[in-house]
Amino acid sequence: MQVTSPIRQPLVTGGKTYHDVTHDVSRQVEGKPTLTWFLAFLTAVGVLALGSLALMATLWEGIGMWGLNKTVGWAWDITNFVWWVGIGHAGTLISAVLLLFRQKWRTSINRAAEAMTIFAVICAALFPVIHMGRPWVGAIWALPLPNTYGSLWVNFNSPLLWDVFAISTYFSVSLVFWYIGLIPDFATIRDRATGLRKTIYGALSFGWDGAAKTWSRYESVSLILAGLATPLVLSVHTIVSFDFATSVIPGWHTTIFPPYFVAGAIFSGFAMVLTLMIITRKAFKLEDYITIGHIELMNIVIIITGSIVGVAYITEFFIAWYSGVEPEFYAFYNRATGPYWWAYWSMMTCNVISPQLFWFRKIRTSIVATFALSIVVNIGMWFERFVIIVTSLHRDYLPSSWAMFYPTITDVGLYMFSFGLFFTLFFLFAKFFPVINMAEVKAVLKSSSEKVIK
Amino acid sequence: MERDTNFILGVYDDEDVLLHAIKKVRSSGVKIHEVYSPYPVHGIDDVLGYKRSKLPIAAFLFGMLGTSLALTMQFYMMRFDWPMIIGGKDFAAVPDFIPVTFEMTVLLAAFGMVGVFMISSNLKPWAQPRIFDVRITDDKHVMAIDIANNSSMDLEKIQEILKSSGASEVNKKSFE
Repeated sequence: MQVTSPIRQPLVTGGKTYHDVTHDVSRQVEGKPTLTWFLAFLTAVGVLALGSLALMATLWEGIGMWGLNKTVGWAWDITNFVWWVGIGHAGTLISAVLLLFRQKWRTSINRAAEAMTIFAVICAALFPVIHMGRPWVGAIWALPLPNTYGSLWVNFNSPLLWDVFAISTYFSVSLVFWYIGLIPDFATIRDRATGLRKTIYGALSFGWDGAAKTWSRYESVSLILAGLATPLVLSVHTIVSFDFATSVIPGWHTTIFPPYFVAGAIFSGFAMVLTLMIITRKAFKLEDYITIGHIELMNIVIIITGSIVGVAYITEFFIAWYSGVEPEFYAFYNRATGPYWWAYWSMMTCNVISPQLFWFRKIRTSIVATFALSIVVNIGMWFERFVIIVTSLHRDYLPSSWAMFYPTITDVGLYMFSFGLFFTLFFLFAKFFPVINMAEVKAVLKSSSEKVIK
Repeated sequence: MERDTNFILGVYDDEDVLLHAIKKVRSSGVKIHEVYSPYPVHGIDDVLGYKRSKLPIAAFLFGMLGTSLALTMQFYMMRFDWPMIIGGKDFAAVPDFIPVTFEMTVLLAAFGMVGVFMISSNLKPWAQPRIFDVRITDDKHVMAIDIANNSSMDLEKIQEILKSSGASEVNKKSFE
């Protein structure tokens, strides 16, 4: 028996019964798609189609189509890669870390957040893959296969190779974790359906029958997967930060990078979860499941991680000066006052100042303010990666090599492509998959609902 | 009454009633085939007398396999098969091998454990489950009692026990 504090807010409002949970979530899957869904989906597909022109141009002509030059060899591609991977982190944090901490409020948001993780990692992986120039031969360069140039293997000293292992493990483990959670809910839809839908969801549900023995195994699998995914998610962004931190570029080789990148990832990921969940709860009328309480808790995570990121910015600036290494300090001074000052100050405003507004209860419980600030945070986090990557590179060691980076239409198109891909996948998920984990919400319903259902 | 049905089903609406009912039914000598629920009910494995799952052990062993495979692979490739000087590092630069080793440990532990779970619970896309009641995946808990396993008991007696334990319905179900 669990004891629930009488002063704590209920997780699910509106006095829902178990059957109401099933009905409210399944009706999205069973009903005809709404006009709003169609318009949103077609917009996403349109953006994807337009962006695919840039993808084809890159694959056909090569990465010379991008705005890179000899000095700035990494720009929007790696910025987008780090940004998308970071966004993915919130899903794992919600499903794995909050499971280990026994935070019951995660149950109504974990499904959509994990879906977001998987789609964001797909978008992220796109960028290093096309950066290979010829990805169809790139598989041999990136995987530990004996290649055709002799018995030469991949270089296990390189953080770029660690990234290959980290991102692919992260993607596949997240996918498995997400799917295991979906199996009981697919069974729910199977048992309500007839005809073709019954066949499809029957296959997707893997013959789930709800036996106590299977539930017991399911729970131990979830717990262990959460235990594995927690260090995994921390390792992924740590390894992404190693791409920079193990180099010798001033502004990059900083030991603060791993924790600072992980905090930044969770920060931007929660912002993206909020953006998506605020739309989803409204469009699918799930206000009783994703309550203001959920939004407020996510905003508190944003204040914490946003403040960690703010402290990290100030610390690295201070250490750059305190170390007495001139090129190091110049790299930071140039960020704030050089030709990219506007990017630096956009980052500082969006990431350090704007989340502090959530200290006001009125703002963090306001849906409009949360939605606006969640987008501001993601703009800021994109600028953070752009600032780290481009401003550290553009002032090379020799002033004769100093250069600026100007994105081409292909760079913009590829970024659009990743957005189109992400939202196309997300809208498909929202229509055909149960967006809320019904089984887990039912499991916390009795101990946390307004009304105890007898 | 003829013994023409295979199962007697007790349908319960509430998880706490169910937990008490399981204890009551077991103590009255009826053998429970299985209990089906729409969500994981805490403490149900204890009252049903199920042992703790051995899946954590499987996860650990697969994880160890991942660790040793990753280390073997990296030492073989970097130290023995084609040693190269990279940035003045040792051929066997052990700290550099740790990230990949960690990732492969997690990968094999997760996939190995999930594979064992799928096999042991008979979860596969073409599986044809025995569905005792379609409301199991919605809002009802169902206790299934196999008549063949309780041949010493009278059918009415079992139904009586289920009713008095708090079942909202007592049904019969037979499979081919």
